[in-house]
Amino acid sequence: MDTRPERWNPVLALCMALALGAAWGLPFVRVAPNRLLSGEPVFLWQWLPGTSAWVAAALALGLGVLCLALVQAHRRAVQVAVALVLSAALAALWLVAGHHASSVSLAGQADNPLVRTSLGAGFWTLAALAWMAALDAVARLQLKTLPRLLLRSALFVPLLLSLSAGQDLSIAKEYANHSDVFGPAILRHLQIVLLAIAPAVAIGVPLAWRMTRAPRLREMLLPVLNVIQTIPSIALFGLLMAPLAWLAVQAPMLGRLGISGAGLAPAVLALLLYALLPIVRSALAGLEQVPVATVTAARAMGMTPRQVLWHVELPLALPVLLIGLRTAVVQTTGLAAVTALVGAGGLGSIMFDGLFSAANELVMLGVIPIVLLALLADHFFKALGTLLEKPAA
Amino acid sequence: MITFDHTCKSYDGTPAITDLNLHIAQGELVVLLGPSGSGKSTALKMINRMVDHDGGRILLNSEEIYSFNVQDLRRRMGYAIQSVGLFPHWTVARNIATVPTLLGWDAARVQARVTELLQLLDMAPEQYASRYPHQLSGGQQQRVGVARALAADPDVLLMDEPFGALDPVTRATLQLELKRIHRATGKTIVLVTHDIDEALLLATRIVLLNHGRIAQVGTPLELLQQPASDFVADFMGRADLGLKQLSLRPIAPLMQALQGATPPHAIADTATVREAISQMAALGVSCLGVINPSGTVLGKVSAADLLEARHG
Repeated sequence: MDTRPERWNPVLALCMALALGAAWGLPFVRVAPNRLLSGEPVFLWQWLPGTSAWVAAALALGLGVLCLALVQAHRRAVQVAVALVLSAALAALWLVAGHHASSVSLAGQADNPLVRTSLGAGFWTLAALAWMAALDAVARLQLKTLPRLLLRSALFVPLLLSLSAGQDLSIAKEYANHSDVFGPAILRHLQIVLLAIAPAVAIGVPLAWRMTRAPRLREMLLPVLNVIQTIPSIALFGLLMAPLAWLAVQAPMLGRLGISGAGLAPAVLALLLYALLPIVRSALAGLEQVPVATVTAARAMGMTPRQVLWHVELPLALPVLLIGLRTAVVQTTGLAAVTALVGAGGLGSIMFDGLFSAANELVMLGVIPIVLLALLADHFFKALGTLLEKPAA
Repeated sequence: MITFDHTCKSYDGTPAITDLNLHIAQGELVVLLGPSGSGKSTALKMINRMVDHDGGRILLNSEEIYSFNVQDLRRRMGYAIQSVGLFPHWTVARNIATVPTLLGWDAARVQARVTELLQLLDMAPEQYASRYPHQLSGGQQQRVGVARALAADPDVLLMDEPFGALDPVTRATLQLELKRIHRATGKTIVLVTHDIDEALLLATRIVLLNHGRIAQVGTPLELLQQPASDFVADFMGRADLGLKQLSLRPIAPLMQALQGATPPHAIADTATVREAISQMAALGVSCLGVINPSGTVLGKVSAADLLEARHG
């Protein structure tokens, strides 16, 4: 921290070089006569001759800022400008693609209403590079956690504001076609995550607490949890389906509660098992770093074991526990996509629909919200952790 | 107040305390002294059942301590330890308020008590009440630890090497504070230490333990003048026994009226004989003036008087 910040920014340089290559060599969008064909590639540079003076000026300004930032990385004002430029670039990429889609569909309306403009590898690569470089710029500002997280989220504001400009893009049309299942899919996804995480915490934290008192239990259980973690998720779903189906047959009551070999039950159960390891591990680490003298003092003051746990051990273990919980939630949000394979629904079902019908846009439509949910959860727990640390600052 | 009655404790068959018989009266400051492994800390922890005795009885006000609910028993006893063990996520005020809160005192009473205790321990309440433990020095942390132990006005204060981790200057200050608090509150205090000088300074009675048994019980002077065994004499510092006794004597009664010229060097009237002899040796003189805190010369002391008055 106390070393002087570097002037030269290799991250930005690499991103810019890659971006140049992607803009030149990868198709920015593809125009296809219908949804299933892969279409003709259109490259970004093909529009260069026809750009207006305003667009050219904005482009030159943006590139100028980025070039300045390459060699003046130690200036905070420059990093702020870079974040602004890249945030605008994210929106601009979308606007350009959307604009092209609108003109194509306008021209093609008469002879082919099914014409599709889909986002190409060039678009995705450039967007990803812009985002990475923007995150790098935010990191270089060396802000406290909360402002940093806010600024990171704010990077997407221009893009969100310009979403409607892309209505003629294939991905927007896919969204329109699936808009009725989209909302429920998100809710279902959240439901799966919550149903797995809540019991994992309810089981994992007391389990870890027991383990601090009973080393034998710890020696027995931790290896089991480790092994579970190594089982591929699809295999675990499969392993759980048979016993759950059997259980539902044997106990019809459970069946009526919705427990069966397919659907929510095996999905939630498997995710719960996966979430257990990070939660137990972090709770254990958290509880073990509570100073012995503090617990001794608490007992000697006349606290009951329950009061020692609630007033002393848990509050002091919480910051470490939160790190594990964050890992568990992010991991579960991602893994929950796979549960669509056993019929649990969620955003994974949209993703697999896309995969099985070779509609890449549909895949992205399932994947992007999952990534955003995971990021949101990550930011939420980071922010929470910072708020809890305040008294110790 | 507290009575050990044929009390025993062993860990996995190894005796830590064997047949301990001791009565601690109200208002005493008893120091449990002894080498490492002598069982002094075990003896202390048995009083508030941080360690449970497995033979004999321990009585608090004539009642076997096993007849109390263990949490109630502990809330009646203040407890301060070397590592302090303040709650790092709580402010100083909330740390001190621990036991009163457990006992269900109302907020105003707790607040008033916290303020009173911070003042008693010479820490400005408005400055320290809302700080967190890591923002305090080691000495301040131990002050808060002592305040926390005193918070609910307990019958007994148990202290397990409370000043062991502090630097000599801070330790000396806190030892004097404890002495002052003991005089001011009349609390029964049981303190564990392996530091003989600390024991001599603080104790109204010293219990010297060795291998889980009492080697000798007595006032500091008794242990120095009439050691019951070679172990006691060795432990108290055989070669220094005389000097240590001198540190228990104030110079005030040995002072003589001034005749003729005032000696060029002076010492405070609160000094001990040991301090006076030490100063004479350092200055190469055999006579010192005695002054009170405002600097008035009250009289003089001579080396011969100080040394010959030993058995007086």
